[in-house]
Amino acid sequence: MILYFLTLVLFVMGVYCLIAKKNIIKKIIGLTITDYAINLFIIMIGYRDGGIAPILFKNMTMKELAERGVDPLPQALVLTSIVIGLGVLTLMTAICLRLYEKYKTFDMSEINRLKG
Amino acid sequence: MVETFLLVLLIFMIIGSIIAIETKNLLSSVISCGVVGAGVSIAFLMLGAPDIAITQVVVEILILVILIRATITIDNTAIEAHWDTFSVVSSLIFFGLFLVFAFLAVQDLAPFGKPYMRVSQQYLETGLQKTGAANIVSSVVLDFRGYDTLGEATVIFTSIVGAFVILRRRGRKHRKEEDTEKVGILSEEEIREDYEEFRE
Amino acid sequence: MAVKPELVSSESPKGMTPVVKTVVRFAIGIIFMFGWYIILYGHLTPGGGFAGGTILACGYVILTLAFGKELGMRKMSDMAASIIDNTCALLFVVVPIIGIAFGYFFLNFPPHGKPFNLVSAGFIPLYNIIIGLKITSSLFAIFMALSIFGRFVSKLVEEAEDEE
Repeated sequence: MILYFLTLVLFVMGVYCLIAKKNIIKKIIGLTITDYAINLFIIMIGYRDGGIAPILFKNMTMKELAERGVDPLPQALVLTSIVIGLGVLTLMTAICLRLYEKYKTFDMSEINRLKG
Repeated sequence: MVETFLLVLLIFMIIGSIIAIETKNLLSSVISCGVVGAGVSIAFLMLGAPDIAITQVVVEILILVILIRATITIDNTAIEAHWDTFSVVSSLIFFGLFLVFAFLAVQDLAPFGKPYMRVSQQYLETGLQKTGAANIVSSVVLDFRGYDTLGEATVIFTSIVGAFVILRRRGRKHRKEEDTEKVGILSEEEIREDYEEFRE
Repeated sequence: MAVKPELVSSESPKGMTPVVKTVVRFAIGIIFMFGWYIILYGHLTPGGGFAGGTILACGYVILTLAFGKELGMRKMSDMAASIIDNTCALLFVVVPIIGIAFGYFFLNFPPHGKPFNLVSAGFIPLYNIIIGLKITSSLFAIFMALSIFGRFVSKLVEEAEDEE
């Protein structure tokens, strides 16, 4: 239980960085930390005590995999989520570069004040 | 054994993220974010997910390279003149409340190490016989749950195309004279000449 | 992989020092082979299309960083990246529609074969290859676009500051 709680603390710190910091690159870093925390939380839910990875080798019986294998379903969901996080990060960086070209700064409070 | 190791890793990651949030030099901040990602990858390996560990390491390297190459080489420091008091204080209050309720909610989950696994038990038992793949995670991603992968390919495609659309134009100062003549738009001097002729 | 001699000499202004260039010349073949291994054996060992595709994209990125933009654009031009990306996105929808002829959408129609062989498990290896190529071309193309645009923005800002 303490493990789940610490993962949620990491998530909250990522969202705090997203809200309270004024530099745009810091906001992107906060979103990345949030992403890592959520993926870790989902995989932690599927762990089984003394578990082995759900991959079959040549001399393994099906019974052993069915009794000791960890949950493969959260792993399938997190696999796609990690690569989607990368795609969204490239989109955010593209918007960041456009803002820098127009306002010459990365600071959000300046951008709010200048307004075109 | 696994639990204590994960506990140490999580404390290490929280300290890393505190450094990433508070430091003023952007390059140090990005590198601390990479340290958090490496810790997450080791945690995946401990939790029995080698597929995800490989993917997490490589994606995290690409995140670092993209952030450094595209932004830090332009402007490296993050100087904050004054705190935005409203957002800091309100976010601290709300997140304190969130953590209290999260602590109460987490007691209702299955205990760590004993998941319910109602659907996944069938995937583990009949995966090899129904699909023929030895890697059960691959068969879940591409055969049992193929629709989700189709949706994910669409999301990545859309985000990449969106990033290209944002980066495409080169700004108004670079539109040359020849382009406007080709399209039929008159330049400023021609409009002024026409107007003066009209006035006379 | 063959690289032109003028790109390896230390007088060329782009890219990095000759030490980095020599090491990359030796390591790049191993990186690409490892990436293709992870894609092709995705149904037998850990890996799959996403991990292998990202490893190949990292291989192209390290070529670009060590030797300069021109070599990266020559190895995969933006037209080639666009064609590969769109073809794989189209194939990813067409192959399940073929499955409708055999039963339902997304039916695993090729024969399953013996387990633990390289050619087994229906269309799962085919999907791994399609996804791997798609992710490689997308990520490398967007990295080149961001890097070129970043240089352009910093040059614009320098010109604006010089004018003031």
